[in-house]
Amino acid sequence: MAKQLTILFSTLLFFTISANAQDLVKGKKIYETRCLACHQADGGGVPNMNAPLDGSSNLVGNNIARLVKIIRGGYSEKIALDGYYYNNVMTANPDLKDEDIANVLSYVRTSWSNKASKVTLAQVQAAKNKK
Amino acid sequence: MKNLKPIFFFAVVLLALNLNAQNNAGLKLPEGFKATLFADTIGSARHIAITKSGVVFAKLMYPNKAGKSIIRLEDVNKDGVADKINGWANYGGTGIVVKGKDLYATSDNDVYLYQLNDKDEVVNPLSPKTIVKGLIAKNQHASKSITLDGDNNVYVNIGAYSNACQEKDRTPGSKGMMPCPILDSAGGIWKFSGTKENQVYGDGKRYATGLRNVVGLDWNTQSNSLFVMQHGRDQLNSFYPTLYNDAQNAELPAETMYELHEGDNAGWPYVYFDPYQKKKILAPEYGGDGKKEGGENALNPTVFFPAHMAPNGLLFYTGDQFPAKYKNGAFIAFHGSWNRAPLPQEGYFVAFVPFKDGKPNGEWEIFANGFSGLAEGEKVTNVRKVKSRPCGLAQGPDGSLYVSDDARGSIFKISYAK
Repeated sequence: MAKQLTILFSTLLFFTISANAQDLVKGKKIYETRCLACHQADGGGVPNMNAPLDGSSNLVGNNIARLVKIIRGGYSEKIALDGYYYNNVMTANPDLKDEDIANVLSYVRTSWSNKASKVTLAQVQAAKNKK
Repeated sequence: MKNLKPIFFFAVVLLALNLNAQNNAGLKLPEGFKATLFADTIGSARHIAITKSGVVFAKLMYPNKAGKSIIRLEDVNKDGVADKINGWANYGGTGIVVKGKDLYATSDNDVYLYQLNDKDEVVNPLSPKTIVKGLIAKNQHASKSITLDGDNNVYVNIGAYSNACQEKDRTPGSKGMMPCPILDSAGGIWKFSGTKENQVYGDGKRYATGLRNVVGLDWNTQSNSLFVMQHGRDQLNSFYPTLYNDAQNAELPAETMYELHEGDNAGWPYVYFDPYQKKKILAPEYGGDGKKEGGENALNPTVFFPAHMAPNGLLFYTGDQFPAKYKNGAFIAFHGSWNRAPLPQEGYFVAFVPFKDGKPNGEWEIFANGFSGLAEGEKVTNVRKVKSRPCGLAQGPDGSLYVSDDARGSIFKISYAK
């Protein structure tokens, strides 16, 4: 019984870890196809134009609903962030699934120097209902 | 030991000055040229203008830490480094140009005129004349660059607040609007009187259209005509991945120089210039496939350059200090690309094109390089970490070339010694 439990827990642990790893791999793929052109490979953005993600207080902050809204709907206002302004338009991504948004947010919040929490599917769904 | 302190400080200063002179302020220049770091960390220095007495004025994109956005720099002891620096105004902007004692500067909406006294100090820092007001500025391409002709007219770039005039800007699959409504009030060069106050759109005229965004522009006194550098469109691969891959996007479209006359049209947003096919190609937002041509009535570029390098400054050199080949030729400050990612970036240098009788007369070449601070041959991949980004150009009364940088806030002075 103990042996069976160990196998069960090991299997569960394996799936948990690989599911997480999978999230980041998928998130990275989305980042490369949709985000990298403007936010750059180093997440540093482009001064005065495209906001950085690496070290961005907005991105690593707790307002997940705002992040979800920006990814989904884009952003066309001049944005003030950490003492600088950025004025380029961010493309909307209305076709991204909730899961995709959770994956790409998890990726950017844990990449480069960012060490924020990952974003769960439940958080993305909650953000949608929050408006 | 106490007494050694000033000596030590003096030695460090000497060493710094010596290094500055030896390494040309970090720039790589053609044989016989040298550079000094004329000023450093003054704020986001966009365009610069120099009076006949050699006083430099820089326009900042945002007010600096002291809250000033027009900076006056003077090199009193003539060692190539500004030693008297002060400023005024509190509005950000790009454009600045001086003619005699008239100093024009721009915000993103307006053109102002300041008066200088016989020492080239500003007389009316708080009460400039408003020459033009109420120009469109919607974040994207909002900066207003200016130049003057020989006839008291001011030419103002009004950039298009869009990438390619799509119904929804920078959105995959969104069609180009036909005709592009932005062109009524932006996406071109407007001509106004340089002396009348409080002009609005209706008082000026749209001098040339079909220009997505111009930052560098200059009046050529040989041809007596306006020349501009356009920033080409972005993101062909992001929005049309089936037509353009990353490598094609990195090289398309060309950055283009145009000679403009009244009524000219450079073709944006309907076409872009392909530097390989050497043709005006129909934009994919307007049914293009990367091959179909368009823009029958649109200008061809006078000179074209590799894509996305962001030409922010243009200056026709009229001085006598540089060797003869530079006389009347065009210097272009390339701010440097970002839209070549994931491929390495390009630009971050000052280029030169020889001209004769107001026409290009030879291939373009890199004149001053090394602004990025990377080792020679190394390409920029982290735009945020670039040391300096060339932006504005101006010619000093002795024929030296000044280059401003809006990243670190430097001004470089480049001179030639026989």
